[in-house]
Amino acid sequence: MCGAPKQGGALDGIDLATQTVIQGQVWHDGTPVAGAYVRLLDTTDEFTAEVVTSPEGEFRFFAAPGEWKLRSLAPVGKGERVVSVDVGLNETTVVLDS
Amino acid sequence: MARNDVLVTADWAQENLGKPGLVFVEVDEDTSAYDGGHLEGAVKLDWKKDLQDPLRRDFVDKAAFEALLSAKGISNDDTVVLYGGNNNWFAAYAYWYLKLYGHRDVKLIDGGRKKWELDGRPLSKDTVERPATQYQASEPDLSIRAFRDEVVASIGTKNLIDVRSPDEFSGKILAPAHLPQEMAQKGGHVPTAKNIPWSKAANEDGTFKTDEQLAALYDEQGYDDSKATIAYCRIGERSSHTWFVLRELLGKPDVKNYDGSWVEYGSLVGVPIEK
Repeated sequence: MCGAPKQGGALDGIDLATQTVIQGQVWHDGTPVAGAYVRLLDTTDEFTAEVVTSPEGEFRFFAAPGEWKLRSLAPVGKGERVVSVDVGLNETTVVLDS
Repeated sequence: MARNDVLVTADWAQENLGKPGLVFVEVDEDTSAYDGGHLEGAVKLDWKKDLQDPLRRDFVDKAAFEALLSAKGISNDDTVVLYGGNNNWFAAYAYWYLKLYGHRDVKLIDGGRKKWELDGRPLSKDTVERPATQYQASEPDLSIRAFRDEVVASIGTKNLIDVRSPDEFSGKILAPAHLPQEMAQKGGHVPTAKNIPWSKAANEDGTFKTDEQLAALYDEQGYDDSKATIAYCRIGERSSHTWFVLRELLGKPDVKNYDGSWVEYGSLVGVPIEK
């Protein structure tokens, strides 16, 4: 199914030996942002996926090893971060600028 | 079909909430979005529970579709105004589905739930009840739905448009990256398919690009107007978004959505695959 599963929370049932998980939080002004849109873009800046952050501001993607760009959009602002990831758990934070 | 006949702005939607003859419908895979707040008076359709046969991999049949729309309080003469999350993927899927069963007047809210939220427009948690109707559907219009054999026969002859992300097209990943990468099917794409991701047709706030931008996009990507077209993705919802662009916004003739898509094609025995 293409609807995003619930964002954040435990990693139960996720095989970190095979999955490349990119997860983290969106922050603005010192607090996590719920309901922010987060996009995962490939190295050509093309859309790969999008999720909406949980009440705790969390997001999670299942990607492949390599470089990716996270771009977040919310009513309070925008933010971007490039990450280089490997198989397993990769944690990061995206900060929104007003 | 002109853009104004099939697409409405969030402003228009907000001004017309509650107007008789209009039924606003939110379509999501995850209905917790609707339950957490929806457009005032909108009913919900669950992409999976309401629109998929519970046993087979297929649509609900005509009788079940009639029962569904009747129970939702939608009549044949109503204008159905659809919106949803995921950049309107599932709303576009429902649009295509309603057209398949012959609903006359269907529209999408440009930008769907995303633009509505980013604009800070009001959402309601009120329970919505509409009086039941006696909905009558048409026989499915198979001129807008492709099946696997037609896809295989179309290799090298029709416009095959793979609307997934480049990394899904190349087989680097097997599903959009908000989902675990554990699908059983092979990675890759249908030979001769062009990769024109659905996202190239949308702006970052989820609205569709202008008709001029859309026409230029498919032109640049080598879309051949003299050929029939089949669009596909992984399960048929993103390709509904592109079907909507090609057929409803740009008015191209003979465009089908292959809702079996990669989950089916990538599992078929003996068919050709390119990576």
